[in-house]
Amino acid sequence: MKNIIDNLSKLFESRLRLGIMAILMVNEKVDFNFLKEHLKASDGNLASHLKALEKHELIVVSKQFVGRKPKTTYQATDLGRALFKQHLDGLNNLILNIGT
Amino acid sequence: MHNTKSIIYFEFQRTFKMNTQEHLSQLSEIKSLMERSSKCLSLSGLSGVAAGCIALICGSYAWWYVGGNQFASPVDVTNHFFGYPITSRPFIHVVSIATITLVLAIGAAFFFTYQNSRKKGLKIWDASTKYFLINLFIPIITGGLFCLSLIYHGELYLLSSCTLIFYGLALLNASRYTHQEIRYLGISEIVLGLVSTFFIGYGIVFWLFGFGVLHIVYGIVMYLKHEK
Repeated sequence: MKNIIDNLSKLFESRLRLGIMAILMVNEKVDFNFLKEHLKASDGNLASHLKALEKHELIVVSKQFVGRKPKTTYQATDLGRALFKQHLDGLNNLILNIGT
Repeated sequence: MHNTKSIIYFEFQRTFKMNTQEHLSQLSEIKSLMERSSKCLSLSGLSGVAAGCIALICGSYAWWYVGGNQFASPVDVTNHFFGYPITSRPFIHVVSIATITLVLAIGAAFFFTYQNSRKKGLKIWDASTKYFLINLFIPIITGGLFCLSLIYHGELYLLSSCTLIFYGLALLNASRYTHQEIRYLGISEIVLGLVSTFFIGYGIVFWLFGFGVLHIVYGIVMYLKHEK
């Protein structure tokens, strides 16, 4: 029982963070607009959750210039991938345990 | 002590039971987000059905034409076909039919996929569409050039097997970026292509089955599963 709760990391409590991680699990590198479009989130909200994930080193942010425009891309770290997977397993186990 | 533990356990169970529905919806939302963000989901089953019908019609016409305006036996047709020098009129006619078939099939596939993307409100051109097409066309173009080289050397007997095998590999390669059915269609084409290498002389039959019937069958499955 304890394990299951441990796996449900507090970091992924928000829907938006789950969404960001879900997208980064299957897409190597994405930019801000891509995330915004798929998650239908506001700029500020999305940016603050991205900041939080970056602070905990679950994602890395890289900035580069395309022509003269700055382009920010996001990528999941190995830690981020592992924790997200653990979180999903946690959710799955929970449902399996209760379901039976 | 034991009692306290079981009460806590019970409480957890109760809270989680209430949340199970929420967790389930969260999981399915995650799954759909992963699919939508990485796959080209506009690809319509009707594209497959249309391409399959075009292949059947054009392939049958080629069969009839090479058979001397009748549906001769596959082995006779193959022998006729192998007898044409590659610069002769009938051979060029067959190549023209093949080219027209390809253009019509791609056109029809694009048309239905475009319709589907509009219906579903998806963007037709995004990163996943790009990856899908790149990964599809690398093996297809490789196979196409290889087949041209076979024709150039006058080695026609494995032509239809080659088209099937390379097409299957192309689908398999691109299937990561679209519906799962494409993967199985790809594997079916590869198996069919390999089997056909042992039945030289029946190339046209395998070709019609692979590009016609399989497209239609998988197209219908995809349509029923994702567009109904």
